Amino acid sequence: MPQDPHTMTSYLFIVLGAVLVNNVVFVRILGLCPFMGVSKKLETAFGMGAATTFVLTMACGASFIIDRWLLAPNHLEYLRTLSFIVTIAAIVQLTELIIQKTSPLLHQVLGIYLPLITTNCAVLGVPLLNVGLKHNFVESLLFGFGSAVGFTFALILFAGIRERMEGADVPQHFRGTAIALITAGLMSLAFMGFAGLDKYK
Amino acid sequence: MLTAVLVMALGALVLGAALGYAAVRFRVEGDPLVEKIDAILPQTQCGQCGFPGCKPYAQAIAKGEADINQCPPGGEEGIRKLADLLGREVKPLSAEHGVEKAKSLAVIDENLCIGCTLCIQACPVDAIVGAAKQMHTIIAAQCTGCELCVPPCPVNCIDMQPIAETVETWKWKYPVVDIRPATARAA
Repeated sequence: MPQDPHTMTSYLFIVLGAVLVNNVVFVRILGLCPFMGVSKKLETAFGMGAATTFVLTMACGASFIIDRWLLAPNHLEYLRTLSFIVTIAAIVQLTELIIQKTSPLLHQVLGIYLPLITTNCAVLGVPLLNVGLKHNFVESLLFGFGSAVGFTFALILFAGIRERMEGADVPQHFRGTAIALITAGLMSLAFMGFAGLDKYK
Repeated sequence: MLTAVLVMALGALVLGAALGYAAVRFRVEGDPLVEKIDAILPQTQCGQCGFPGCKPYAQAIAKGEADINQCPPGGEEGIRKLADLLGREVKPLSAEHGVEKAKSLAVIDENLCIGCTLCIQACPVDAIVGAAKQMHTIIAAQCTGCELCVPPCPVNCIDMQPIAETVETWKWKYPVVDIRPATARAA
């Protein structure tokens, strides 16, 4: 199946759509807390982005399996949010344990960002969107991965801008979070330029 | 309803089992020596040893960067235990790090306290409660007697009161017997 050019193209469009067109932060306005909190420095933005990418891809796969094989056959769709968040918390915990053992260096880089991911609403939102968009397993994984890459992309772009803004002469009443929110709004407007790009399929 | 409970229970069971297995399988061994040294130290977090707390001092001892006689609150007994654990010579407390005092407790004279919060910022164990321009007080059970709150107080309202020996606080004192060298008897 994956050799079929049409399938490959549709996969490509899912990733492209998640990264640029429906960027989790700028278009879906999800996960603003880590977006504002961890974007002060470029290095921390990288760390948070890497950790989120890993966890979100895992969470999308696991939640698809739970939804398709456990909840849907028993008509328990109303338990989605609850079971997804429990699964995500467990995956984050598991990831931290495994990384701590296998790669202390990576654990030091990701550090406190790993547990923080549990409270990132984008990580819960994307699996729920997957269900709403009726994605299959591969599409779920790709959508999760694409969304996380989009999140990382937004975080890194924004961190770069914020580092430059440190030295800028901002009017007193706009300093700090105020100018950061205005900048985020302008970037959100800029990302609207991608709208419709994924409609070519 | 029953299926819902069963499904959630099954999910919790699987995830719990996976986490439990991972916790055992991927357990990271901390340095056991640091833990043992840290257990001997008095946990006053006073910083008199020159390190920011008991754990950093324990790490420094384990690495060989610090000597074992830098902890005044631990006193003679602490040094003796550390020497036993590490197989080193017992030595007197290093004078530059302070002198051994009776274990005491900080007490705020609440009539004098002006509510400046300086002692709250100094306390390493968060044993002082209070807010700006409100009277502060010390939680006796949490206070380690480190005296770090005494110097910042602008009105000198903090007193160190020695803890009287009661049935709860009494500790067996290590019997010290002077051993005279054999030559002393012969002479």
